[in-house]
Amino acid sequence: MIIRDKVIKYGNNVDTDVIIPARYLNTTDEAELASHCFEDLDPDFSKKLKDRKIIVAGDNFGCGSSREHAPISIKASGVKLIIAKTFARIFFRNAINIGLPVIPDAIAASNINDGDELEVDLDSGFIKNITSKKQFKINPVPEFIQGIISSGGYINYTKTKLKTNK
Amino acid sequence: MAANNTPQTMAQKILAYHCGRDYVNTGELINASLDLVLGNDITMPLAIEEFKKIGVGRVFDDKKIAIVPDHFTPNKDIKSAQQCKFVRNFAKNQDIKNYFEIGQMGIEHALLPEKGLVLPGDLVIGADSHTCTYGALGAASTGVGSTDVAVAMATGSAWFMVPESIKFEYSGSLKPWVTGKDLILYTIGLIGVDGALYMSMEFTGTVIKNLSMDSRFTMCNMAIEAGGKFGIMEVDSKTEEFVKPRASRPFKIFRSDNGANYYKHYEIDCSKIELQVAKPHLPSNAANAKDLSNISIDQAVIGSCTNGRIEDLRIAAEIFAGRKVDNTVRAIIIPATQNIYLEALEKGYIKTFVESGCVVSTPTCGPCLGGHMGILAEGERAVSTTNRNFVGRMGHPKSEVYLSGPAVAAASAIMGRIAVPEEVL
Repeated sequence: MIIRDKVIKYGNNVDTDVIIPARYLNTTDEAELASHCFEDLDPDFSKKLKDRKIIVAGDNFGCGSSREHAPISIKASGVKLIIAKTFARIFFRNAINIGLPVIPDAIAASNINDGDELEVDLDSGFIKNITSKKQFKINPVPEFIQGIISSGGYINYTKTKLKTNK
Repeated sequence: MAANNTPQTMAQKILAYHCGRDYVNTGELINASLDLVLGNDITMPLAIEEFKKIGVGRVFDDKKIAIVPDHFTPNKDIKSAQQCKFVRNFAKNQDIKNYFEIGQMGIEHALLPEKGLVLPGDLVIGADSHTCTYGALGAASTGVGSTDVAVAMATGSAWFMVPESIKFEYSGSLKPWVTGKDLILYTIGLIGVDGALYMSMEFTGTVIKNLSMDSRFTMCNMAIEAGGKFGIMEVDSKTEEFVKPRASRPFKIFRSDNGANYYKHYEIDCSKIELQVAKPHLPSNAANAKDLSNISIDQAVIGSCTNGRIEDLRIAAEIFAGRKVDNTVRAIIIPATQNIYLEALEKGYIKTFVESGCVVSTPTCGPCLGGHMGILAEGERAVSTTNRNFVGRMGHPKSEVYLSGPAVAAASAIMGRIAVPEEVL
């Protein structure tokens, strides 16, 4: 899969409370969750989304709560990919499980600026920064996790596995 | 390939046992069977929707799933009521044995150990980040999302990356009023909010041996605030004393081997640790409470899965006894479970709180995550015994939360500003 889009950049320790505040966790409606995504961190997020659909961030992206509403709200906002120096483990797991592409890569994340245009090839593992003309090789994803991603998420992966085991 | 007699940490041993092996290597991806799967009123609705998509019909084991509606309960609004109803119906249809209705309900991470549902050696996942609390029982337990819980409810298993471990060794003697909360805030201050990312934090040393179970739960509870996968402690006589009267099934004790490999080893001299406060907006912003006496407060909260246990209420009651909450402060006390509430009632703590001008709430996560029961307005500031002080955590994005243990929270409520017990006693 190739993703070509522009970047919205955030800093370190973007926590799940600013991704989707708990006051909106009384629903599982994706569109409603998306409408409040990042509202306490960046009130202009929805405006930026019009022509930018890749988030790039610093260390420990998604720290805090286990709420899957966080990656869901980001995915439902139309964001195609998150690149961060590092991810908090529950967020990372949740993003993979719901099929939202996430790339932990400290070097790439440090070399991408707000507004840059990227071309990312998830299969061959390349990030091309079209704006700065820099290119980064991504660490290979473990086979098992690749399996979840190519199934379109953990639920589909499990369904297929349970069928094969019968 | 490492031989089976390669020394392992207790985290490795518990994971190995649950995938039917003698040895697992750090960094390895495994699929392991689970002893308990947990969800609450916020995470369970999503988990149930995803579970239904898998199409297995029934859960893998109706005794190994715990559902605790504790976050927005007693239902704070119509939407929360709808979510709780959805979860309640699922629990009823699936005949979930460990569903806890209002009246039996407590905050999940205080409730499950109290009910004997988590035991030493267990492998537990919960769709709540503070599931790591049960490491105080010598269990490997960790927070996951709703999809993981959905799959676990269908299969009884989950995937794990075997974590590296960091050893924290606490020595020395504790200063007056210092509890597990001060030790963990100090530790997170030392290593940062991602200082233990993906890792197991193993808490050891003479101080841990002498620490109460309540304080041990508090420490393991906040491992996630340093990015940790597990916060874990070795089982000793105190653990067994806690577990034995509650356990209704056998359990297995795992200890780290001599020579086990640790990513890092911290030696912490507790004699120097003062009462701690984490300033906004990260749990790692640790400071000495006595240095923050210029910070005025509007609210004090004593409760949560971190500090709503009987030890916390006892400490607060000792400080509130015969004193009044400052007239600029709202003081909110939330016993974490019905049993803790009852014990606090019998011991006279609740009377003390009410006489001091505190309000006492039924068990709920409530204000900790900005749900209900004490939301902050713009510009307001709280001292709270909860676990997170992120932007907007307890209400308005321009409000502030200072994290502390119960002694500082109680003293601050009386003084109307951040204070230590010596200032009021």
